[in-house]
Amino acid sequence: MRPEQQGIEMAVLVSVGRHPITGRARRADQDARGLELALCLEGRLPGSRIGLLHAGPRSEESEAALRGYLGMAADAGTGLNTLTLLEQPEGSDAIPALADHLSAAMPQLVITGTRAELGEGSGLLPYALAERLGWPLVNGLAAVEKVENGVATLLQALPRGQRRRLQVRLPAIICVDAAAPAARQSAFGPARRGELEATPGAAELDHELAGWQVAPARKRPKRLKIIRAASARDRFKAAAAKAEGGSGQVLEGVSSEQGAEAIFTLLHEEGVLRS
Amino acid sequence: MSEMCRRDPRREWIARNRLHPEHASALAALGNIGGGGAASEWLGPSGVLRRNPHGVGFIGPNGVKRIDRSGAQQGGSAPGHGRQAVQQDRRRHVEISDPAFLVAVVPDLTGGRLSGHDKDLLGLARRLADDDPERPGAVLAVVFGEHKEERLGEAGIDRVLHLGAETYAGFAPEARLAALTAVERELAPRHWLLPDSPLGGADLGRRLAQRLGERPVTGVWQIEADVEAPLGWRCTARGAAERLDIRRPLPRVALALAECAEPVDETRHAAEPLSLGAAVPIALSRIEDLGQVAVDPAGVALAEAEFILSAGNGVKDWEGFHHAARVLGATEGASRVAVDDGFMARDRQVGASGTWVTARVYLAVGISGAIQHLQGIQGCDRVVAINLDPGCDMIKRADLAVIGDAAEILAALVAKVEQQRGGQRDAA
Repeated sequence: MRPEQQGIEMAVLVSVGRHPITGRARRADQDARGLELALCLEGRLPGSRIGLLHAGPRSEESEAALRGYLGMAADAGTGLNTLTLLEQPEGSDAIPALADHLSAAMPQLVITGTRAELGEGSGLLPYALAERLGWPLVNGLAAVEKVENGVATLLQALPRGQRRRLQVRLPAIICVDAAAPAARQSAFGPARRGELEATPGAAELDHELAGWQVAPARKRPKRLKIIRAASARDRFKAAAAKAEGGSGQVLEGVSSEQGAEAIFTLLHEEGVLRS
Repeated sequence: MSEMCRRDPRREWIARNRLHPEHASALAALGNIGGGGAASEWLGPSGVLRRNPHGVGFIGPNGVKRIDRSGAQQGGSAPGHGRQAVQQDRRRHVEISDPAFLVAVVPDLTGGRLSGHDKDLLGLARRLADDDPERPGAVLAVVFGEHKEERLGEAGIDRVLHLGAETYAGFAPEARLAALTAVERELAPRHWLLPDSPLGGADLGRRLAQRLGERPVTGVWQIEADVEAPLGWRCTARGAAERLDIRRPLPRVALALAECAEPVDETRHAAEPLSLGAAVPIALSRIEDLGQVAVDPAGVALAEAEFILSAGNGVKDWEGFHHAARVLGATEGASRVAVDDGFMARDRQVGASGTWVTARVYLAVGISGAIQHLQGIQGCDRVVAINLDPGCDMIKRADLAVIGDAAEILAALVAKVEQQRGGQRDAA
């Protein structure tokens, strides 16, 4: 570990999740992954500080869920034993409260999950914060490689297991999803001993949300395979058809070099060969 | 008199008898006259419909007369031509010269082509645009970067705004957002539709909505007309990790899930190119894309690998196969035989009892294509086969098939790739 590396100030936005089977309140999976990322980064950059932040109502159930995050920092040792709770009445908009708090605290890195597991769950919160604070935002994060001189080098997860390297100037907001490393277990003792530091947050009711009809999710109808055929013969052929490419090109009686050339051209056109 | 159709009973008799030495020429001659036999129905001089029962039907491949009562096939003309012409004519060509409003769609164009999600989204855009047949709207597609899609019009696009500059390549949300803001300023579309796909429309759409100051709807899977809503539509969207259905009026910006509507298949549209009047202001980017990182292809799960090199019973040189996979940067797959014989691990098996793969390019080496294997590769875009047997099922499925010795062709391919990489390194 090099001595010139300085610690950074991080804020992890956490929410109350919901267990997919039992429906009980728990720490949200993506937010826990975000805290895991922050804890790993703290281990590599000594002198970093992590602030846990949550905006919402305080109840027994949500408190138990939020303490789950405090239990993750059992062996970090840098005194992550408080969680800042911006207390709001039920049904308020969390964005103004969080934006006010962040612009006052000025952390260099804000880590959030992609979508909440309760409420609207639209995944808009990080984008709204980025627009309000004017900070850059990177989503789908897999890892933070290094932070140097106010520039973070990140790995973004692409579909099909690919990764992309990005450089972003701090302060920035980063969102993690299921591609980030899985969260460690939460220890019960530190979770009990941790403190929830409650401060009243801005209470703006979300009137638009209150006007919508919310119901448990209906099963989506399965799409039917529609065959528009003029005749019974066409319908039968469509139903009995084997999966076939049909218009495939067959190279027969060519030398292996010519065959390889044709394959190479196709691979090149599709862009799967990386140089 | 020349319009009168004269029958040649002897030639018809020869045409019916496929063992006759002049059968082929008689068939050809009959085919040339009047597009395959006599007309079966015509209007007589007194206005009465006359029928010729002998003119109905055609001579089948066994020399027996067949009658197709569906009306799809008439006369003895080649069946392929007639049907294709009918199919092409069936799709209505639509041109909207003076649209009442615009519906802007930003497709993902994964790999340069319209994905299924994009096509569903365009179907949704058509529903919004064609709601009032008196005053139809136009669907505007904003396309970033280079693309290979030639059938934009068939997917339901009326106008295409192609922004192909270098700055939009890779992960450039700020540059793309600046371009979309310019589109909004200049064209002011009534609706903005984006696919709610991670790293594509989901990211860009949320940024756009925040910039426009709209509260978008995300995860839309259904829309219906509603006169009370401000834009005349109501939508149903998923919320809270897919556990809730939220019904609300459709806002200007909507991010839709896959299968939100049926893709367009009955009409063809113009896909006229469009350009912006003013240049897009260059946004100062605080995010720099350093390009993709080389990922160990062996570590990528087979189900989500992009490029698979798969081996079957025809592979004898296993060292060469593994080397080829390393050089090409492909994930290795195998058929059941190769796994059962112990050459490959069980988790590499492709097919009904192994993994169902979704690769963009599937390179099958020495695989004959059992039906279980072909089921496993249904989701692949392009299939390339190298095989010794030109009659096997894999060749029928493949987009490109090379008949020859697998080891030699793979070695030549590896040499070609290495040579090209060496050349690039010299040039750089």
